[in-house]
Amino acid sequence: MNVPENLKYTNDHEWALVEEDVATVGITEYAAGELGDVVYVELPEVGATAAKGDSIGTIEAVKTVADIYSPLSGEIIEVNGALNDNSELINHDPFGEGWIVKIKLSDLSELSELLNHEDYKKLI
Amino acid sequence: MIPMHYIPNTKDIEKEILQAIGVEKFEDLIKNIPDKFLQKCRIKLPESLSELEATKKIGRMAGQNLDTDSMVSFLGGGSYDHFIPAAVDFLIGRSEFYTAYTPYQPEVAQGTLQSIYEYQSMICHLMDMDVANASMYDGATALAEAAIMAVNKTRRNKVLVSELINANSRKVLETYLQTKDIEIQYLPELAGVTDLRKLDALLDDQTAALLIQSPNFFGNIEDLNGIAEKLHANKSLLILSVNPVALALLKTPGELDADIAVAEGQTLGIHQSFGGPYLGIFTAKKDLIRSMPGRIVGETVDIDGKRGYVLVLQTREQHIRREKATSNICSNQGLMALAATIYLALVGKAGLKQVAKLSLSNAHYLAEKIAALPNFSMAFEKAPFFNEFVIETPVPAEIIVKAALEEQFFAGVDLGKFNEKWKNRLLIAVTEKRSQQEMDDFINFLSKF
Repeated sequence: MNVPENLKYTNDHEWALVEEDVATVGITEYAAGELGDVVYVELPEVGATAAKGDSIGTIEAVKTVADIYSPLSGEIIEVNGALNDNSELINHDPFGEGWIVKIKLSDLSELSELLNHEDYKKLI
Repeated sequence: MIPMHYIPNTKDIEKEILQAIGVEKFEDLIKNIPDKFLQKCRIKLPESLSELEATKKIGRMAGQNLDTDSMVSFLGGGSYDHFIPAAVDFLIGRSEFYTAYTPYQPEVAQGTLQSIYEYQSMICHLMDMDVANASMYDGATALAEAAIMAVNKTRRNKVLVSELINANSRKVLETYLQTKDIEIQYLPELAGVTDLRKLDALLDDQTAALLIQSPNFFGNIEDLNGIAEKLHANKSLLILSVNPVALALLKTPGELDADIAVAEGQTLGIHQSFGGPYLGIFTAKKDLIRSMPGRIVGETVDIDGKRGYVLVLQTREQHIRREKATSNICSNQGLMALAATIYLALVGKAGLKQVAKLSLSNAHYLAEKIAALPNFSMAFEKAPFFNEFVIETPVPAEIIVKAALEEQFFAGVDLGKFNEKWKNRLLIAVTEKRSQQEMDDFINFLSKF
């Protein structure tokens, strides 16, 4: 199972790539595998604010729907519009083209609450 | 206890059950209820009757009811006396349909799924909307679900509601919304229609939707041109409640660019009855389908390429999403949806238009004649109406309604029941069933006041 070392993780199986005060967020390969074929992604609106742990959208697979929880607090500054037409990007490339949102972080101290790749590996 | 045919347990069975549980008598099972409460529960019932005696007694009581078979009805206010072809009741009475509930093991019930699919297709066509669900309990609950859907979709917490939404539907709406954090703001009435000039001032960044009904509770047609545009500019939704029969003549929700359109489907081949079962029609634009409550049937092909039907988008529903489901409705009003499907298939496009045209021309004939009576007038001179209108009465409407019963008329709905200041207003509905003779007799009756 691929768990990139440069990313931070949550117990809900989201990942975050933090560059300065912007985090790119997606779900992990493990989560995508558990969900199965993703058929639809409900994205938040750009400009919306989210607190850590808020549901910012949903991922619909053939048999279930899962919430996307914001791993960190901040403002949604970009969403991956490619998912509207190609939701399966989440299955094919969860850590790359299957990214979901970019969040401008409002509280960098929250970073310490996320898991590193080793902790996350233990979780799965 | 005397054994009765309709109570399946004999004394012996009862004894066996109590023994298995480990108690002596039934009262032992409820001994944890304090006696002072039990005393209140003890009802003094008369001696039991035999089945024959009970049938006679209840039959006689039921015989005191008046119904639209023996009366000439001008009752409306959400439920209308349209003609129902005999084939509707005959076909829905077939045991294959009559005992079936909403499909819980759906794919084995291909016939049921196909009938729902046909229903959805016809309803989309009639409402001119992209998607319809498999139906809801009634028009009022469909309206309340629409309000909740708009709030969830827009992530806003206020709905604007026309005061001229059916008074009973408003009560259901208020009941549904009271446990949610949703504010209702009412748009007032002006001369029989909703005062839409107030809309701009009331729209703000928390307005999820406008809920409006046309024809409205007074039967008047709302002018909704340009309303959707205003709402959409504010990222709010238009929720329209309509009479499906009126759509044969009036602008459709699709033409008015409604986002969600709902209706009471009773007018489509379903009998009037107190408390239902009625039919909640629920439709929306395609991009809202994932926020839509209820069940949806789709068409697909099987492994051999043969046509088949399935329940789609179940991932929104309770059995999968649990407490996060879009709605707690995991059911549909199957038999009534089938009745509407059969009715629409029987009358067809031209037939429905004819029903609507006859209802409209009958209503306008009657309204003109009543307005010409010296002591009566139209409550709203200028508002256009379909098959229902309000008249001002020289005495409280309640008195007219009572007197009419003696002459075998249901005169209409006494609006004083809903609002004290409307006590001299009578809401009259007319369908294709009313003959000229019946209407002339009714005018003759009214002329005595």
